[in-house]
Amino acid sequence: MPKIQNAKLLKYVKLFTSTFYLSAFTFGGGFVIVPLMKKKFVDELKWLEEDEMLNIAAIAQSSPGSVAVNAAIFVGYRIAGVGGAAVTILGTILPPFIIISIISAFYSAFRSNHIVSAVLKGMQSGIAAVIADVVTSMGGKIIKQKKWVSTISMFAAFIATWYFNINVVFIILACGLVGAVTALQDLKHTMERGEE
Amino acid sequence: MMRLIQLFWSFFQIGLFSIGGGYAALPLIQEQVVEKYSWLSMMEFTDLITIAEMTPGPIAINAATFVGLRIEGVWGAVTATFGCVFPSCIIMSILAYLYFKYSNLKMIQGILAGLRPAVVALIASAGVSILLVAFFGEKGSIHLEHLNLVSVLLFAAAFFILKKWKPSPVLVMFSCGIVGGAVYLLTGF
Repeated sequence: MPKIQNAKLLKYVKLFTSTFYLSAFTFGGGFVIVPLMKKKFVDELKWLEEDEMLNIAAIAQSSPGSVAVNAAIFVGYRIAGVGGAAVTILGTILPPFIIISIISAFYSAFRSNHIVSAVLKGMQSGIAAVIADVVTSMGGKIIKQKKWVSTISMFAAFIATWYFNINVVFIILACGLVGAVTALQDLKHTMERGEE
Repeated sequence: MMRLIQLFWSFFQIGLFSIGGGYAALPLIQEQVVEKYSWLSMMEFTDLITIAEMTPGPIAINAATFVGLRIEGVWGAVTATFGCVFPSCIIMSILAYLYFKYSNLKMIQGILAGLRPAVVALIASAGVSILLVAFFGEKGSIHLEHLNLVSVLLFAAAFFILKKWKPSPVLVMFSCGIVGGAVYLLTGF
């Protein structure tokens, strides 16, 4: 019995350190955390499937609140139930909490520090490279499925958000609708075949 | 005590009504914090956005900590942050429960399959925004003379290394910060 409890504890610790670490290095907020979560929970720890991670990201994005917190709650719940969710919330909100507390005390000194701004500027390129890496590998997989609906909606969604600045909620709703219609058609096909 | 309740309630609303995360929360924070309660001046609010951009973490959480600290010290920060994530906790728990109960349904599967390409597109869009800021600076003037070559080289090197050796992303980000920071300081960017 103590062994099982240990395994559970270990999982909580791993969940906490993972989300803490991700949250501490997610500059830019919002969707930037999704590629990092994918690398950690899908590629490294193998606790989630890639499809599942994307589902979670979609749900987190379309719900109220910050994407990072929502996604963390969902991942925690998925991996270790309610306790897991509590642990991931804490892991996600503690880093900004600590960092802001420190910075607001030294704000003016921090803002005018050349070393800090030079390092932050350098990090931007690194963040962009991480996102580019994840996007090219996930986008490549979607194109390779050779389902033209998915490929077209991916490019259409990109143009809609990037070029036309359309509210993300509408994009999610539209793509969900496309998915629902495709599923209905598939269902109809199989039913028709069943009747023959 | 009254102030703590107000802080909680304000950030509860911010957490509840900011759909889409990130910058979607800014107008809500401004309404509650600057206009309704005058907890921050417009100048301080602008500073808050600058800090939030420079530091990790969601903007709403950053704002909650910052405002809470100003108003009621550490307990204010804790209360505001808790208020901000409370709606997420309830809503995501319900959604997670429903997801694991019904995600085998054909219809839900179809909707989720439709959403996945959109998520890749949204990540790509966030990536392009960051890339452009890194390459051309904050002002958004995309002209070749503003192109930051150091940044382009760093990006290319980091991308190549990630594809080839698959190191930890945080390691890559940090190395870029150190290498880029050193180059910028030496060349006086």
